[in-house]
Amino acid sequence: MSDHKKEIDQVTGVETTGHEWDGLKELNNPAPRWWIIVWVITIIWGIGYWIVYPAWPTLSGATEGTMGWTQFKELEESQAEIMARQNQYLGDFQKATDDQVLNDPKLYAFAKAGGAALFKTNCVMCHGSGAQGSIGFPNLTDDDWLWGGTIADIEQTLHYGIRSGHEKARQSQMPSFGRDELLSKPEIEEVVDYVLSFSSDKGADAKSKGAEIFANNCASCHGEKGTGGREFGAPNLTDAVWLYGDTREDVYKTVFYAHAGVMPFWDGKLSEDAIRQLAIYVHSLGGGEGKGAIKVEAEENVVPAGAPEEAEMPAQPAAGAPGFEPAAPAVDPSAENLEGGEAHPASDSTLAPETPEVKKEAEKTVNESKR
Amino acid sequence: MLHHHAILERKSILLLVLIIVVILIGGIVEIIPLFRMQTVIEPVKGVRPYTPLELAGYDIYIREGCYNCHSQQIRPLRDEVARYGHYSLAAESMYDHPFQWGSKRTGPDLARVGGKYSDDWHVAHLANPRSVVPESVMPTYGFLNHNQAEINKIGDHMKTLRLVGVPYTDDQIANAYNDAVAQAHTEDMDDHVAGLKSRYGDKVNARLFDGNPDMVTEMDALVAYLQVLGTMVEFPTAEAVKPQSAEAPAAPAAAHTPSAPAPAADKPQEH
Repeated sequence: MSDHKKEIDQVTGVETTGHEWDGLKELNNPAPRWWIIVWVITIIWGIGYWIVYPAWPTLSGATEGTMGWTQFKELEESQAEIMARQNQYLGDFQKATDDQVLNDPKLYAFAKAGGAALFKTNCVMCHGSGAQGSIGFPNLTDDDWLWGGTIADIEQTLHYGIRSGHEKARQSQMPSFGRDELLSKPEIEEVVDYVLSFSSDKGADAKSKGAEIFANNCASCHGEKGTGGREFGAPNLTDAVWLYGDTREDVYKTVFYAHAGVMPFWDGKLSEDAIRQLAIYVHSLGGGEGKGAIKVEAEENVVPAGAPEEAEMPAQPAAGAPGFEPAAPAVDPSAENLEGGEAHPASDSTLAPETPEVKKEAEKTVNESKR
Repeated sequence: MLHHHAILERKSILLLVLIIVVILIGGIVEIIPLFRMQTVIEPVKGVRPYTPLELAGYDIYIREGCYNCHSQQIRPLRDEVARYGHYSLAAESMYDHPFQWGSKRTGPDLARVGGKYSDDWHVAHLANPRSVVPESVMPTYGFLNHNQAEINKIGDHMKTLRLVGVPYTDDQIANAYNDAVAQAHTEDMDDHVAGLKSRYGDKVNARLFDGNPDMVTEMDALVAYLQVLGTMVEFPTAEAVKPQSAEAPAAPAAAHTPSAPAPAADKPQEH
């Protein structure tokens, strides 16, 4: 390596570095000017960023930046923007009673739209994208309620849950008649036959042995005629809705082991307004009882028969479950509500020949698509 | 100035010294802030180390690669807070080694999944996700029902974690196996459950997670872990409630007929 003196390459007219490898020399081109300028600008911009935004760690945290920007402030601002849009309804919504909400088209639409969004976020995992439920998770579109189907009932269930561990949760526990040896296996067989006979075409035989076992063990919660009891969340055994399956084997298992489904509580996880919106939305899905139910029927009379669920359930088309056409909700609301059966026992006795079959078919479809 | 590099190219000791100086600056910038990390972790009430059974579940979560499709980090963005709840706090994962923030959401974020669904749902969903969520693409994990959870040596695992800063007490480590069994079988083990709660707090979920009283299964462990996610922090009630009320969309403004409000705005896509 000899001392470098300026040497100009004759072909390009550019200075060389003076390094030579077997006669090849390296040109000493400067970096392009535009590139240098951009580079310097980024350095200046970086210094500005350090000043304006939080950047440097310090002993007590980090520099805060002159703008005082934080992610949390940005979150609050974007939430405030949405709240401002909601506030045109929210004030009235909070003041209005359930009846007033039902009678005010604007507030009712607000409640249902909010409820539909909340339902998709929080409820569809168990209750299904069309609220059709599945084995162990109740269908919310029919009028078969374990703990009551008025807006207030649904709201309470949402607030505190069922066997959820919340101190105000709805509580009940069916005994495990088989596992805890309260009944022998043959006795369970008898009582299962009797229970299934409630919803059979022949009807129940009140003089059978199963009837006696039922009266002694089951009637205190499920009622003498098996129509259920809402104070215990005891299901109606005379209809064709079976939360844990409708085969003889399923019912046998239920009596042997008992079930205790859990609905989580949402108190503290969702706001009061959100829970109320959800309650009103679920109530509107078709099976709601009490005041709103009358309104739902009135609306359905206006809508051409066969299409009520489209009007009532905005969640369904958007839920987008290809290949999973929720057969149950499509049938249940029309079948049950158009026939005017919010009074439970009445509908079961008068409509028994028709509805159970329709429902069974609907349930089969649901079960098949699940397998 | 640019021509002076020739000096460095010829004086190797000077080059060495300057290289060391540059590396030291880089090291200081990257390392010093780690020593001051506690200054950016907001102090929160309620976060405790996992119980032995939850820890076994956490190990299954890692073993099965759940983090490949599920994140555990709710970012402070409006849509995420509306969907998943309060944004995640650094303190919530301070006892996770390694943390499970994840980087991809094929499935939903799980940072606050605890208490959101019932145990029955988790068991049914893990065994066959399609049975409860027809649209799901999650693999099936039914085998968890048949495998015994690895709780025999969970105490040693806790000892190891103590070395990296998880404050397990000697009492907790000595009772690790019993605590794990007690948390999954509640019926005959009332005394042990009381011990478990005295060691980990009254909020601990102790119950028959998988419905099988005969064995502490991996299903028990994983469900116990999932059910505690995001439930430890005691948020002031108002704060926990506030973000959720931003949920309802502005759809009703556009809805003219009361019986057919526009479908609610769809949830944001996952990233």
